[in-house]
Amino acid sequence: MIQAFAFYLFAIIVIASAVLTITARNPVHAVLWLILAFFNAAGLMVLVGAEFIAMLLVIVYVGAVAVLFLFVVMMLNIDFAELRAGFVRYALIGLAFAVALAAEIMIAFGAWSAGTIELGRRAAPTPDAVPNIEALGLLLYSRYLFVFEGAGLVLLVAMIGAIVLTHRERSGVRPQNISRQVKRRPQDATRNTRPTVGQGIEL
Amino acid sequence: MTDSLMMVLPEEILSIGSIVLMLIAAWGGQASTRMISWVAVAVLAGAMIALLGPASSGGVAFDGLFRADGFAAFSKVLIYGATAVSILLAPRFFKQTSGDDLRPEYPVLLLLSACGMGMMVSAGDLLVLYVGLELQSLAAYVLASFMRRDTRSAEAGLKYFVLGALASGILLYGISLVYGFSGSTLFPQIANAYAGIAPGTHNFGLMFGLVFVFAGLAFKMSAVPFHMWTPDVYEGAPTPVTAFFASAPKVAAVGLAVRVAVEAMGPAVDQWRQIVIFASLASIIFGAVAAIGQTNVKRLLAYSSINNVGFLLVGLAAGTQAGVAAVLFYLTVYVVMTLGSFLVVLQMRDADGQPVETLASLSGMSRTRPGLALAMAIFMFSLAGIPPLLGFNAKLAVFNAAMAAGLYPLAVVGFVASVIGAYYYLRVVKVMYFDEPIGDGFPKSGDIVEGGLITVAAVFVSPVGWLVLAPLGLATMAAAGSLF
Repeated sequence: MIQAFAFYLFAIIVIASAVLTITARNPVHAVLWLILAFFNAAGLMVLVGAEFIAMLLVIVYVGAVAVLFLFVVMMLNIDFAELRAGFVRYALIGLAFAVALAAEIMIAFGAWSAGTIELGRRAAPTPDAVPNIEALGLLLYSRYLFVFEGAGLVLLVAMIGAIVLTHRERSGVRPQNISRQVKRRPQDATRNTRPTVGQGIEL
Repeated sequence: MTDSLMMVLPEEILSIGSIVLMLIAAWGGQASTRMISWVAVAVLAGAMIALLGPASSGGVAFDGLFRADGFAAFSKVLIYGATAVSILLAPRFFKQTSGDDLRPEYPVLLLLSACGMGMMVSAGDLLVLYVGLELQSLAAYVLASFMRRDTRSAEAGLKYFVLGALASGILLYGISLVYGFSGSTLFPQIANAYAGIAPGTHNFGLMFGLVFVFAGLAFKMSAVPFHMWTPDVYEGAPTPVTAFFASAPKVAAVGLAVRVAVEAMGPAVDQWRQIVIFASLASIIFGAVAAIGQTNVKRLLAYSSINNVGFLLVGLAAGTQAGVAAVLFYLTVYVVMTLGSFLVVLQMRDADGQPVETLASLSGMSRTRPGLALAMAIFMFSLAGIPPLLGFNAKLAVFNAAMAAGLYPLAVVGFVASVIGAYYYLRVVKVMYFDEPIGDGFPKSGDIVEGGLITVAAVFVSPVGWLVLAPLGLATMAAAGSLF
C-alpha cells in the first residue's frame, strides 16, 4: 500500500516537473524543475531496489550535471525566446520522432515478453541477500579491479588533457608575491629628497 | 593476486611512472621537460625489460581479463619502442616550430597512451579492450591539438575527437550486443557462444555485434571505409605526433583486431573474413589511388598508412597462425619504415627553420642533402615493396599466408593494387633525384639522436636487415602461436 502510494507520488511529480521543465519561460526555473525530476526519479529507483542508480542520479545528475546546466544558463546570454520560435515549425517532425520512439519501445517490449530474443545469462547476477551497492563494490574491487584502475587512468588523462589544452600562462598579470612583499625594506621603497623652492622633483 | 600483479608489471611501471613524472612536472615546470622526456624513455625501457618476466609468459591474469602471452609481449615491444622514438624526436620540433619549448605533458601523455595500448593488445575481455582503447584514444586527441596556437592542430584534434567518439559509440554498441547475446564479456566464453550457433541457423544479435565491433576497430586502424579522418588528422597534428599516430596506435589497433578476431570470434571466421577482406582490398586500392594526387608529404604518408593497413588485413584474413605471424612481421617492418619516413619529414625545414611539408620542396634533395635523400629513397622503395628491401619480405609474408589459406583472389587483387601504390612512392624518389633543386635545400640539423635513428631505420630495412629475418621469423611465429 505504502509502496503504491510512494510510486504514484514520485511518478506524478516526475512527469509534472518534466512537463514544467519544457514549458517554463525562465531557463533557470527550467533547470530547477529538472533537478526536481531527477530527485523523484531517484525515488522511483529506490522503490525498484536499485539504490546504486538512485545515488548516481542524485550525486552525478543533481550534484554535477544540473549545476553545470545552471552555470551555463546563467553565464551564457542565450535568447530562449528565439530558440523557441521554431516550435510550431518543427512540431510535426518532433511528433513523428515521438511516435517512432514510442513504437520502438512497444515493439521491443513485445518481443522481449514474447521470449523471441534469446539473451545470454548475466555475467554477474545480483545476489539475493546483498544490497546492490555492496554487490557492485565487491565486483569492482575484486573481479574488475584491473578495469577499475584503468578507468581511473582514463579520468587522469582527461584531467591532464583539459589542463593542457586550456591553461595558459598569462603575461601582464601581476599576481601577489608575498615573500617579495615581506622582504621589502623601507629604504628600498622610499627615497628622501630635498627639493629646492620652485624646482619640483624629478622622479 | 600477486601473480596477476606481476603479469601486469609493464602497465604498472608505465602508469606509476607517468604519475610520478606528472608530479615532477607540476613543480619543475617547463624547465624540467628535457629531463622528463629522458626519464619517460627510461620508463618505457623499464617496461620493456619487465616483459622478460611473467608479463610475456604468465598466461592469464585477473580471472581472464588480461592476457600476458607472447603475442602481447611482441606487440608491446613494438609499441613501447615506437612511443620512445616519438618522445625523442619531439623537443627540437617544438622548439623550432612554435618558439616554445615542449611542455612536459607531452611525454606523460605518451606514457599513459602506451599503457592503454598495452592493455589493448593484452585484452582478454571486452571491458579491458574498451578501457585500453579509450586510454589510448583520449591521450591521442589531446596530443593531436597539442600546438594550441596552430589552427590546423586544433582542427585535427577536434576532428579526431568527434569521429573517434562516434567510433567508440559504434564499438560499444557492438560490445553490448555481443555481451547481451553471449552472456559474457570474456573472450573464450564469447567464442563458445559463437561456436554454439547451430549450422544453418542465424543468431542476428551476435552477428550484428560482430559487424559493429569490427566497424569500430576498423575506424581505430583507419581501414577503408572508416578512414576519412586519417589524412586531415595526420596533416594537422604536429609532425612528431603524426609519427606516433602512424606507428604505435596502429600496432595496438591491429593487435587488438587480431586478438578479437582469433580469440573471441574465432568460430565465426567465415563471417568476419568477409568484412576483413572487403576492408583490406578497399584500403589497399583506395590508399593507393587517393595518394596519387597529393602534394603534401604528411597527407601522402597518411594515405600510405591506409594502404599498409590493407596489407596487414590480408594477413588477418588468412586467420591462421602463419597469417598472424605475417601480420606481426609486417607490423615490425612497417613501424620502422614509417618512423624513418617521418624522421626525414622532420628534417624538412626552410632557411628560417620553419617546417615545410610540400612534396615539391623535396626537389633535388639528392644533391643538397645526399645522405638524407638516400635514406628517404630506401624508405620509399621499401614501402613500395621492392626487393631486396625488407618491405618486400613483409608483403610477401602476408600474401603467402593468404595463399596458404586459399584466398587466391585476395592475394592476386592485392598484388595488382600494390603496383598502383608503387607509383606514388616512386614519385617521391623521382622528385628527390631527378628534379632541379630549389634554393639551398634543407639546413642541417646536426641532431645526433635524429640522425642516428634515421641511420638505424634505414639500415634495418636495407638488405642488411636480412640478417634479422630468421630470428624475427621465429619470434613472430612463436608470438602468433600463443593465440592458437
